[in-house]
Order: sequence, then C-alpha cells, then structure tokens
Amino acid sequence: MQPNTPYRAHPAPPLLALPYPLALGRAGLSGFPSPAQDYEGRTLDLNEHLIKRPASTFFMGVTGDSMEAFGIHDGDTLVVDRSLDPRPGHILVALVEGEITIKRYQQIGNRPYLCSGNPRYQPVALTDLDCQVWGVVRSVIHEFQV
Amino acid sequence: MIGLIDCNNFYVSCERVFNPRLDGRPVGVMSNNDGCVIARSNEIKPLVKMGAPAFQLQQLVRSGQIHLVSSNYELYGDMSRRVQSVLEEYTPEVEPYSIDEMFAHFHGFTPAALLEHARELHHKVRQYTGIPVCVGVAPTRTLAKLANRAAKKIDGYGGVCVLNAGSAELKGILQRTPLDDIWGVGGRLRERLAVMGLRTAWDLAQQDHKAIKRKFSTTLERTVIELQGKPAIDMNDPSEGRQRIMTSRSFGRLTESKAEIHEAIRQHGQRSAEKLRSQDSLARAVMVFLKTNRHRPDLPQYSPSIVVELAHPTDDSREILHAASHALEEIYRPHYRFMKAGVMLLDLIDANRQQLSLLDTPQSGAERERSHKLMATLDELNKKMGRGTVKLGTPSPGAAWHLRCAHRTPRWTTRWEEIPKIS
Repeated sequence: MQPNTPYRAHPAPPLLALPYPLALGRAGLSGFPSPAQDYEGRTLDLNEHLIKRPASTFFMGVTGDSMEAFGIHDGDTLVVDRSLDPRPGHILVALVEGEITIKRYQQIGNRPYLCSGNPRYQPVALTDLDCQVWGVVRSVIHEFQV
Repeated sequence: MIGLIDCNNFYVSCERVFNPRLDGRPVGVMSNNDGCVIARSNEIKPLVKMGAPAFQLQQLVRSGQIHLVSSNYELYGDMSRRVQSVLEEYTPEVEPYSIDEMFAHFHGFTPAALLEHARELHHKVRQYTGIPVCVGVAPTRTLAKLANRAAKKIDGYGGVCVLNAGSAELKGILQRTPLDDIWGVGGRLRERLAVMGLRTAWDLAQQDHKAIKRKFSTTLERTVIELQGKPAIDMNDPSEGRQRIMTSRSFGRLTESKAEIHEAIRQHGQRSAEKLRSQDSLARAVMVFLKTNRHRPDLPQYSPSIVVELAHPTDDSREILHAASHALEEIYRPHYRFMKAGVMLLDLIDANRQQLSLLDTPQSGAERERSHKLMATLDELNKKMGRGTVKLGTPSPGAAWHLRCAHRTPRWTTRWEEIPKIS
C-alpha cells in the first residue's frame, strides 16, 4: 500500500450500500466454496449467514486479552469485511505503526479515535499519518471448551 | 469499450496486505527453492535485477536494505480471485488474462460516466482486497494496454486512464509510445519497422493494414487495426504474448461430470505445454479455473480458480498435467454445472537461460535430457499424425503431491492454521 494514500474512516459516513444481491452473496461464489451448498434446502449455511461479501471478507485469529471488554477473547476468530465504511462504534482491524491490531472506533469530542479495550493503552487519533483502517469486524466466533 | 485492470506489483502487494511493515520498503519475491527473484516492488527495482540469483543478494538482506520472501502462490491465487470477483460486481464480462491482469467489457456508458465508473472500480478493488490496481479503458485490447500503461506511468492519471476513439488524448499517447511498448511488437519486428521509418505507435497506426499483412503477418495486421480503434484480437488468439499461456474452452453443454471436466483440463494442460515448448519457455506455476454459467441465475454459481506451483520451472507435459490434475482435485465440487474450464501457465522464463534453470532445478541433467527427448517425440508424433495421437494418462490417484516452500509467508487466506493472529 502506498503510505500516503490511506483510505480513512469517514467522519460523517454515507449510508451503507444496498445489501449484496443474494445470488452473488452465496458463499460458494468466491473464496469460500462451501460443501454445505451441496445440501441446499436441507440445512443452513453458516458462510451465507456470516459472510456478506466473500471477495472482501478475511478471517483473523485473536491473541491476548486486550479486547475482552468488547467480548473478544483469546483464541476467537474474527470475520473482517474490508468493504464496509467504518462508523463510530465499529470494532476495526487497524494498522497502527505498522502493526495489525484490533481497535474500537469512537468519537471523542467530535474527533475520531481508535480505542483499545484495555485502559492501559491511550486512544490513538485516527488522523495520525501512521494509522489506517484495514477492515471492519462483522462478527466474532467464540468456541467454548467442550 | 474494453478495460484492462492490472494489479500493481501483484505478488509484493499480496504480501503487503498482511504484512504492512513491507509498505514502502524494497521487497522481492523469490522463486521456489529461493533460487532467484521473480517479482519486485518499485522500491527494489534500482537495487535488484529481475531474475537475480538470491544467493548474490544475501549481503543486502543481512544489512536490512532489501526484504526477500518466498513465493506464496496459494495466497496470490486467492487474492487474484478476489480481485476478479470485485470486478465482476461492476461488469458482467471479466476475462482473466493472467494472474494479475484482467480484461473487462463496458457497454453503454457515456464517456463521462465511464471515467467515473472506472475510477470507482479502481477505488473499490483497492478497498475490498487491499490490492492497488491501474485501470486502462479504450476501444480495443491493444489500446487498453496502452491506456493502462499511461495510467501507471503518468502521475496525473491517478491510476485510471480512459482513451476515447478519435480523441486528442489518444493521439498524444500514441505519438509518445515507442514501438516496443505496443502489445506484441518485439525487438526484431521493431527494427524492421524502423527501416520503414516508423518510430511510434502513431506511425504504425497510420499504415494500411493490408500492406502490413503482406509485408509482415496477420498478427501485426491485427495490431494495426486495433491501434486504429477497431477490435481485432480475440482472447484465444494463439499469437498473444509470450509471458503467459492460456488454453480454455466452453463445454458443449453444462456439465457436472468430474471425468469430463478432468478430461478437458488434461487436454488444455497438454495443449498449453505444447505451446510452451514451441516458444522455448518454461513455466513456474499452473493456474486452473472453472466457471459456471453466470447467465443462469437459477443455478448455483461457483467459479473457482487455484494456482499450483511447480517443483521447478518446466515444460514437461507430465509435470504440468500432474499439477493441473491436483489443482482440479482441490477446487472441484459436485452438483455445480460447469460451463468452462481453463489452464493457464504462469511466470514463464526463457528455456535457454541456462544459469537460471541450473539454479532453479533439482532435476538432474540426465533427467532433463530424457524428459526433453520424450516431449520432443510426443510433439513430433502429434504434429505428424494429428493432435491427440499420443496422450498422457492420468496420474495415479492419491499420488503424493508436495510443494517446496522453504521460506514462504503464511497462506493467510486459505488455511485455518495460518490466518493472521492479531491482538
């Protein structure tokens, strides 16, 4: 990525685009060929439920406890969608000083900030040059010990 | 109008999506066995030549001046497919031309709307996939290539260049384009044209295409017609480029038969390998793709593709077919009715560049010699007695398939164990 052309979180975000058409939204179209589709009509496809846009959806694993305040735990799997424009309240995957991290997007006094779930870390102003949004976390998959 | 969407420094860009520390740094991607550099970022270009043997670069690596990673074709294949599916949201007809270049058709736009559309596409591909692209749009494929080049080289375009037929802008670009930079015009041809006093794409476009056909070839005639703004090159023309080879065909009817699809893949693979040998090249990787019929929304859609890296650069049909069969095994799913299948050979190198092949290949000299003889005999028989006289059988099912991937970065998007870990 060219460092001087980051795409930024939108301070006054436009309305979200229309929902992805169902025919294209099928999990099998790209990226995630789903064996579940073989049984279409007989069972539910979790891909279809969680992945709105296969081309822009990526999975990431969580390490550490810094986001527990937001219900994100060590070992969870994040479903990250790059096609969404970030809005305050979103959980984001962001690049901060060359590191890919999980943050929450918040407005503090009309300015956009990235906040950690852990009070030890100071909020980072989103206007900082070395800070970019990577994608928006759509869901968290948490598996229990069974 | 036809658009060419070209991913910037594609292999390096894929690596950078998941390793942002590589942004703005000199990065090179190595062939398997870490033999030599096969892809470069802009920053590394002044420091390292294409094809440079990796062992000569150890000093630069150790001192932190450059970063080298092993090729990760599984990642590149997945990112390529993502780019293609974003494009498919914007236009119904997308044809992959290579792993990092795609042609797209645009119908029924006013010039202003088309520019707007192309800009949006440029932005969305970058946002959705993280891969930066350049977009060139023009009335023909040859001109779209030139538009794409302008979009990449001329800062003012910001990565998007639309050239309309008969415009002053198109004339200006043609006048500034030397003959070498035209799709399909190589060194020797350029010299012969120079003798006729032709220097630029504009000069060539002024020629009578029939005269060019008489003096040169149908291929160059097509180029002239395309430069004049009339489409004349079809994707499946055997004449197109030396950098990649593609063989694909639609099935006579929709099919879900794995045997039938496998047979098609083997034919395409064999045909591609013949083309490869006839132009004295070796391939480093094989891409296989399947397509369902997009015009049948009533049927489930699945258009997968996958890239399989070859153990060493080769022109041996057996190895190419083995890789293609393995690739099909990975992406085939039952119950989809496929319309088209294709095989593409990627990252071609010149077979005569001995130094490279020695560094690259774990194949012994004797093995190479034998395989060379066998393939020559195969081609000869098929040429004399008709294509398909001698065919290769299917590799035994379950045959061990292994790839060498010494210093590969994780397959971030295709393996659960390797997805990025963040905190």
